[in-house]
Amino acid sequence: MANVIELIDAHKTYKMGDVEVQALRGVSLNVREGEMLAIMGASGSGKSTLMNILGCLDGLTSGTYHLAGEDVSGLDDDHLARIRNKRIGFVFQSFNLLPRTAAVDSVELPLIYAGARDRRKRALAALESVGLAERANHRPNQLSGGEQQRVAIARALVNDPAIILADEPTGNLDSKAGREVMAIFHRLHQERGITVVLVTHEPSLGAQAERIVRIRDGQVISDAPVTAEQKAAAAANHYSKGTEEVAA
Amino acid sequence: MNFFESIRIAFRSLRANRMRAGLTMLGIIIGVAAVIALQGIGQGAQNAINSQIESMGTNLLFIQPGSTQQGGVRTATGSAASLTLEDARALADPASVPSVAAVAPETDAFAQVVAGSQNINVRIAGVTPEYETVRNMPVESGDFIQQAHVDSSSAVAVLGSTAASELFDGADPIDQTIYVNRVPFRVIGVLKSKGGGISNSDDTVLVPITTAQTRLTGNRFSRGGHVVSSINVQVIDKNNMSQAIEEISAVLRERHRIIYDDDFRVQNQQDMLQSVTQIMSILTLFLSSIAGISLLVGGIGIMNIMLVSVTERTREIGIRKAAGALGRDVLAQFLVEAIVLSVLGGALGILLGVGIGKLVSGINMGGMTLTAQVQLNSVLLAVAFSAAVGLFFGVYPAWRAAKLHPIDALRYE
Repeated sequence: MANVIELIDAHKTYKMGDVEVQALRGVSLNVREGEMLAIMGASGSGKSTLMNILGCLDGLTSGTYHLAGEDVSGLDDDHLARIRNKRIGFVFQSFNLLPRTAAVDSVELPLIYAGARDRRKRALAALESVGLAERANHRPNQLSGGEQQRVAIARALVNDPAIILADEPTGNLDSKAGREVMAIFHRLHQERGITVVLVTHEPSLGAQAERIVRIRDGQVISDAPVTAEQKAAAAANHYSKGTEEVAA
Repeated sequence: MNFFESIRIAFRSLRANRMRAGLTMLGIIIGVAAVIALQGIGQGAQNAINSQIESMGTNLLFIQPGSTQQGGVRTATGSAASLTLEDARALADPASVPSVAAVAPETDAFAQVVAGSQNINVRIAGVTPEYETVRNMPVESGDFIQQAHVDSSSAVAVLGSTAASELFDGADPIDQTIYVNRVPFRVIGVLKSKGGGISNSDDTVLVPITTAQTRLTGNRFSRGGHVVSSINVQVIDKNNMSQAIEEISAVLRERHRIIYDDDFRVQNQQDMLQSVTQIMSILTLFLSSIAGISLLVGGIGIMNIMLVSVTERTREIGIRKAAGALGRDVLAQFLVEAIVLSVLGGALGILLGVGIGKLVSGINMGGMTLTAQVQLNSVLLAVAFSAAVGLFFGVYPAWRAAKLHPIDALRYE
């Protein structure tokens, strides 16, 4: 299958006052279409920077980045915005729904900026695919954390992006809601072949992907498929967490 | 993203902060209402004064005696007994003053008037039949003073409407007798009410000019003629006023044998109208500019709130940018929000201003009823100005929002 992400020798340097911070030092990364990938690393490792780059929220200092066959390395802010709109769905740790706004309106957001037709219909369909069709008119404060994150997934999905970037998607959720959210990612990945990039520091989450890319000090230190053992361990971990909750 | 989408988003965000939006708009509402109401009232006052002046008759010139100088002491204007009934007759001659349509001399005095048990102190005007048309004083009932009354110095009187109601209290005054300085007069007519005004004609009693001269003011002579207080002249064409003044002045100078200073003064009704209009315009402009300043202050209020709003909604801006909003989409959103605030405030301000105008209309001020006239011009001006205020004071906050970096905005707590 074709690579949806091709990142070659990516460097990113920030200037913080007089000090230059090298957040990425030559990262190369390929992601196949329909793959489920986890990017793992401690905080300060550069994984957030990598995710910003992959999400076209920021440009590279040097290196090239092809997204869905298109070179997006040297694009200006407005072009990056168009790419984000068309190609990328974001799921954030803190949900980031619009405050005081109905779920369906939040989901419509990317379609508004895309100038799409049938927005309401498509937004409702996306909500239905995450099992929230009846909650379309609820506002964030009327939804549980898990439901809010599912609305966010619907928003990420609605414009049929090339990839979904999920940054610690279960970080603000209890384990039950977290499992539900992950179940949705798995289902979308299997049923619809959507490419999912998970950014996390949690091993049990990373183990649910097909491949783990580890980052440290702005460089890739390992890039390997998830073994059956890791999967089993992660599942057991989840299972045990589940029983603890029930016991409590 | 299209324009309607921006408006929809703006309304939604304003609805989410009703109290704040309302208070912000209040600045604009008060500013616009003040401009509209003040201009409307100013225009209304001007119309009221104009109609008062015009109700005196049209194309009028007023000739009054000038001051005299005796032994180096100059007396007040109007105190000289220089105008006579004969002067008035001379001015009525079309051969020497072709611009003049009609001449109505009058002689004024104040006197005690008694009817039955009632008595009042009013202005007694000695007039000729021409006075009715020249000064626009139609009778409500009965007749005006006729030439025959003047010729025979008849003891007849025409009452102003206020004088009639005060003396007769609703009863029909026609053919009743009134006593002016103990001289009995027969009432032959009552004037239509003019609603007060500059020379309050409702509070007047008219008698034939000859009767006034012989029985009320005493016979005063100047150069062998009967003295009058003033002469009202109606000019044929409004555009010939100054020519008429020259013709009149020439005739009077000739008759009075004047070499240096005129002993009379000619006042132009048009000049009075013009100076009133000028004063009112200046006053209205002055008040409106004060109101305009409050509009400016309201605009600064909008800017303040929009800046707060941008800071408060930094995260929302980040979300929108992550979802693909361009800088100009964000700019448009906040700009439209500011303009909606100000235009909505402007619309409410127009309603309030019109309301204030309606409230003030109908209040009786010294015999004048003022009707505030809200002009389309000032409404359009207010709308345009408030939109401009929103645009001007909305640009900076909107620009700040538009240039936010999505990563920083998303991370903002």
